[in-house]
Amino acid sequence: MRVKTKKLIVTFATTAAVMALEQACASREELGRVIPTPQAISAGCGLAWCAPIAQEAALLRLMEEHAIAYDAMTLVDMY
Amino acid sequence: MIYLDNAATTLHKPPAVIEAVTAAMNCMGNSSRGTHGSALTAARTVFAAREKLAALFGCQRDHVAFTANSTEALNIAINGLIEPGDHVLSTDLEHNSVLRPLYRLEAERQVILDFLPADKQGCIDYGAFARLLRPNTRAIVCTHASNLTGNVLDIAKIGAFAKAHGLLFIVDASQTAGVFPIDMQSMCIDVLCFTGHKGMMGPQGTGGLCVREGVCIRPWKVGGTGVQTYSRTQPAQYPTVLEAGTLNGHGIAGLSAALDFLKETGMDTIRKHEQALAKRFYEGVTAIPGITVYGDFSDWNRAPVVALNLKDYDSGEVSDALAVSYDIATRPGAHCAPRLHAALGTKEQGAVRFSFSWYNTQDEIDAAVRALGELAE
Repeated sequence: MRVKTKKLIVTFATTAAVMALEQACASREELGRVIPTPQAISAGCGLAWCAPIAQEAALLRLMEEHAIAYDAMTLVDMY
Repeated sequence: MIYLDNAATTLHKPPAVIEAVTAAMNCMGNSSRGTHGSALTAARTVFAAREKLAALFGCQRDHVAFTANSTEALNIAINGLIEPGDHVLSTDLEHNSVLRPLYRLEAERQVILDFLPADKQGCIDYGAFARLLRPNTRAIVCTHASNLTGNVLDIAKIGAFAKAHGLLFIVDASQTAGVFPIDMQSMCIDVLCFTGHKGMMGPQGTGGLCVREGVCIRPWKVGGTGVQTYSRTQPAQYPTVLEAGTLNGHGIAGLSAALDFLKETGMDTIRKHEQALAKRFYEGVTAIPGITVYGDFSDWNRAPVVALNLKDYDSGEVSDALAVSYDIATRPGAHCAPRLHAALGTKEQGAVRFSFSWYNTQDEIDAAVRALGELAE
């Protein structure tokens, strides 16, 4: 049976910003991936970044380094 | 065919451009619409093209918005920035892609226009910007290079003037993007409008505008963006604010490949080749009796364009004879540049425009000169 776990969801105003984060992550799979924005989140972009909770600090650092603006970071129970 | 109508569109493209478009049409979904593999392929391709354009023009990557061509970009910039009652400065060198949006604002929004006159060589007096300045002057809109004569405007000088007087500076780079160095920062450009299918050698249907941070353009087109679906208004963030509707992802894939080609080959190498061909052609045709050439050829820092007339022959007849008898493609008539033709005194006759690209050769130039020599006999 599938079990929900808490995931870190980063939302953005534009697709360009999500793509910038994906590029900044440079194929480091542990940092997460692009997903459709969960409907539970009232978000701007239809695309969001989904990551393990433990990667929050790493993601914040990356987004600061690359001047990537994000809307919000939210914890969401997801399969 | 010898194709010498590259100021209209470059016919020959780098093979990688054609391959990129074909590949995109086989695998690309819709950018910003979903996260399945093909949608992400599109989003990544579009993003990569934005980054390359931002680097090319000295713009923030999220302030590069795609359009179908320069005309659309210019319409977005001009209509989205000029307010009723504003005064706008432009020049006689402009293409109708600048003139008609301005004329429409003049008719519909009481915008006041002044055009710097061109002399018989198609040159402007830069001092006229100061003389024509008014308290309500809002913007300067001008081309980087004339599509008729190839004369290049000193946009760094104009940009410095615009900045010093708090004016918006909107540049039409249709004839120069990808071939001439353009840096929005040092040239004080607020909006740079470009097309992908001319000097950049990308597909038709590609182009865009690069917007300086802090410049807010009211979009004329609103609609689906894949983001902020429940908002009743167009998202305010760049580039989404100017990109309602599905982008030309297939074309943008080709444009991205074209940008790679420009970088690998070198913009300076390409420009020098094209200018050398134009110079060879100019030197050849000016030795033919009965040829009149239009433009300022005292400086070879110019777009690779040579417009001419043969005696008093209709330019259409000359262009047709070149096509039918010699298989040489040129562009006769008015070239969507009505003010400059008026200034050059060629409204009645038009002119035959020869324009050169990276893929032209010296042999082709020599053949064109020979053909004109025969027609002049």
